[in-house]
Amino acid sequence: MPDFSLSTDSWDLHRRAERDRQRHNEKIKEVIKQNLGDIVSHQDIITADRGKIVKIPIRGLELPRIRYDNGSRERIGQGQGGTKPGDVLGRAPGQSGQGTGKQAGQEPGVDFYEAEFTLEEVAQMVFEDLHLPNLEERGVKQILSEHADFNSISKRGLAGNLDRKRTLLEAYKRNARQGKPGWEVRREDERYRTWEIVAEPQRNAVIFAMRDVSGSMGEFEAYICRSFYFWMLRFLRTKYNSAEIVFITCHTEAKEVDENAFFGLGESGGTRMSEAYKLALKIIEKRYNPREWNIYPFLFSDGYNWGDAECVELMRKMAGISNLVGYGEIANDIWSQSTSFAPLGQAYQEAFSGDPRVVLVRINNKEDVWPALKRFFSKHPEVQAIS
Amino acid sequence: MNQTERAELEKWIEIIWEKAHEMGLEPFPTHFEVVPDHVIYELGAYGLPARFSHWTFGRDYHRQKTSYEYGMSKIYEIVFNTDPTQAFLFDNNSMVSHKLVIAHVYGHSDFFRRNTYFSHTDRRMIEQVRLHARRIAEYETQHGPEEVERFLDAALSIEEHFDPTAVSYRPRTPDEYERERQSQTEPATEYDDLWRLGQNEPAKPPASRPRKLPPEPEKDLLRFLRDHALELEDWQRDILNILREEMLYFLPQMRTKIMNEGWASFWHERILTELPLTPEEHWEFRRLHSGVVSPGSRMSINPYYVGYQMFHDIERRWNGERDPEEPEEDWRGEEIVRPTGEGLRKIYEVAEQESDVSFLRKYLTKRLVRDLDLYTYRLEEINGELMWVVQDTDWRRVRDTMVDSMTNFGIPVIMVEDGDYKRRHELYLKHYYDGKPLDTDYTARTMKNIYRIWGRAVHLETVLNDEATLLTYDGERFSQTAL
Repeated sequence: MPDFSLSTDSWDLHRRAERDRQRHNEKIKEVIKQNLGDIVSHQDIITADRGKIVKIPIRGLELPRIRYDNGSRERIGQGQGGTKPGDVLGRAPGQSGQGTGKQAGQEPGVDFYEAEFTLEEVAQMVFEDLHLPNLEERGVKQILSEHADFNSISKRGLAGNLDRKRTLLEAYKRNARQGKPGWEVRREDERYRTWEIVAEPQRNAVIFAMRDVSGSMGEFEAYICRSFYFWMLRFLRTKYNSAEIVFITCHTEAKEVDENAFFGLGESGGTRMSEAYKLALKIIEKRYNPREWNIYPFLFSDGYNWGDAECVELMRKMAGISNLVGYGEIANDIWSQSTSFAPLGQAYQEAFSGDPRVVLVRINNKEDVWPALKRFFSKHPEVQAIS
Repeated sequence: MNQTERAELEKWIEIIWEKAHEMGLEPFPTHFEVVPDHVIYELGAYGLPARFSHWTFGRDYHRQKTSYEYGMSKIYEIVFNTDPTQAFLFDNNSMVSHKLVIAHVYGHSDFFRRNTYFSHTDRRMIEQVRLHARRIAEYETQHGPEEVERFLDAALSIEEHFDPTAVSYRPRTPDEYERERQSQTEPATEYDDLWRLGQNEPAKPPASRPRKLPPEPEKDLLRFLRDHALELEDWQRDILNILREEMLYFLPQMRTKIMNEGWASFWHERILTELPLTPEEHWEFRRLHSGVVSPGSRMSINPYYVGYQMFHDIERRWNGERDPEEPEEDWRGEEIVRPTGEGLRKIYEVAEQESDVSFLRKYLTKRLVRDLDLYTYRLEEINGELMWVVQDTDWRRVRDTMVDSMTNFGIPVIMVEDGDYKRRHELYLKHYYDGKPLDTDYTARTMKNIYRIWGRAVHLETVLNDEATLLTYDGERFSQTAL
């Protein structure tokens, strides 16, 4: 006697694996955050277009197990016929053959997770912990930024947002009102969670992005500079979309330029950074009244400059009206061995040691870009530590 | 699925059930459930319905489902070793696929019932894991999901280190061990003196030994940690126990992968060949079948294909078929001549008695290795690049490497030697080295996890670069000492 049963009930509402899948995604993000230093300085990301997918290799999202060393192990494969000893099956992916440590893809089929993100998603993660520091109430609240807050209830909504508890309560109350206590649920009892658009006031802010484009700024310095400003711009446009940005390039004279020209290649000639500050101060005077604007000037240079004393004076003036003044020094070859600043940086260090509104950062290699961003854009910058 | 399709499917389930019985299969009563893709891939990732939550299952689910959505792979069916058998059919299958899959399911169900390694499995495991999941969810409410996840991460990374032979026995206490050791000198039968022929002195009782924990090296790391880790909470011991019970349930499936899939493929073909199919249906069935039993990806074998061909070969040989070109010889070099017509009886016997290791050891022949185009390969450096290169096609080398790679389920044997090392309750583990070194990076990360459970320093004795070495993790640092 055949003994079987068949069920074709609907499984559409069954979504158990979703929760664990989301937890896995969170873990990927955690790993990415731990490696932001590498990711932020990655060439591909900086040159990527909007919406482009960035692939980030992730290790450690498998549980470790005690297992055999792959390199020394023989495995069994299966061909279509006629395979002979010495046949090459393929290249082990991600290998340079130098045999340095564990690398991706040593084992066929074993997981080296390559997470795919859009540039925007990476930016979101990068920016989560960044803020415009010392932001104050200055001037009118110019633009309202909007975001959705999941805090409301409605009678209509998406099935996934059904609030079961509230629905049951409504049903119970209605049944009671109708004189037959019970849990029978009708369409009219359904309650859905929904969102409201919340407007958030934003404060006036202007950022001065100043860049040394003199002859001494080599390829590496230019790369670091662009990389820093690339992330700074994305950060500002993601979180402070009403902030204004003024771009200034400078060698022996300073120019206000547009974004494209700013990121373009360097010019040549001598270096007189005081010109950049002078121009910035002039622009502030004309367009950004310090009583109405939060002001953030940043300058990146290699620290070789004519007239450091003048720079210190101008910087002092600038610090008086700004929320935070940043100076980033990119170490070029001669100085990269040492940890101390070049002459301009040293002059600043002496003049502003202990001033929380002046942040000095030295960048020796690509991985320092992320720490620099964090130093400049932490909510409450710590008192400048002298390294 | 509409009513007509449902009735059609029901009709075929019955026809195939009867066909399967005619051919000698004895599946459990079977419950079929038709489900959409996300359910199939969920079941595939979790291994059982309603199993506890963990991000690794979510990861596997996502991977398998994505691979399906990109058209790279497809699961036709999932079947669980329970009584009644629970089988899940993919609602997107064509009617011919359904027929093939139903026959395949009956093959698996028969194997679960027939094969001796499954005889101890809990056939009500679905209810068990549901209770496990409920308890773990409760621990999450009590101790916070992060806390439970941290512990699960650590425990899952050693889940394969248990003793599958210890299904039902209670481990002996140190006292019992010692008593047993001492009592070996007392004669058990009147012929015991035969063992001591030619020796004049009477047997001396063995010197008493300092007590040890464990009294003898212990393979069941999960159980040892559960019972002897000092600082675990009850819920943590329970989680170790849950993982161990679930692993005990999954183990027979892991150790009969080739046989189980081979058996199901062998029978689905035979059953479908005898069904009244139209020529179009027959063509589709053949196309599906050859997709299932096709060679692997060059880097791995296809267990369906290997198992299927092996059962065919056994049936052929025990039906008395001979290869005049390559006669089968026994150990004296004489040709083996078998009576005819024993094929079916023989494959039923093999399905009952073997696991993959013994199956390959006994029945993977020279001819099969050649026809299946099996080979060994390894990593080699060619012009500065690491390449996968074929090493050997000699059938004995291939067979032995294959068997070796499955011994102890393909993982290193780790034994608990001492749970009170240095009299400081440190854990001393020993890798029983068999010529294959450990991956030190993975080992270090796993030791960290064992430390989390054990709570004291963890030592692992192994062989690195041909030298006996002790790896130690003391909670802060790793160190390595030559022994």
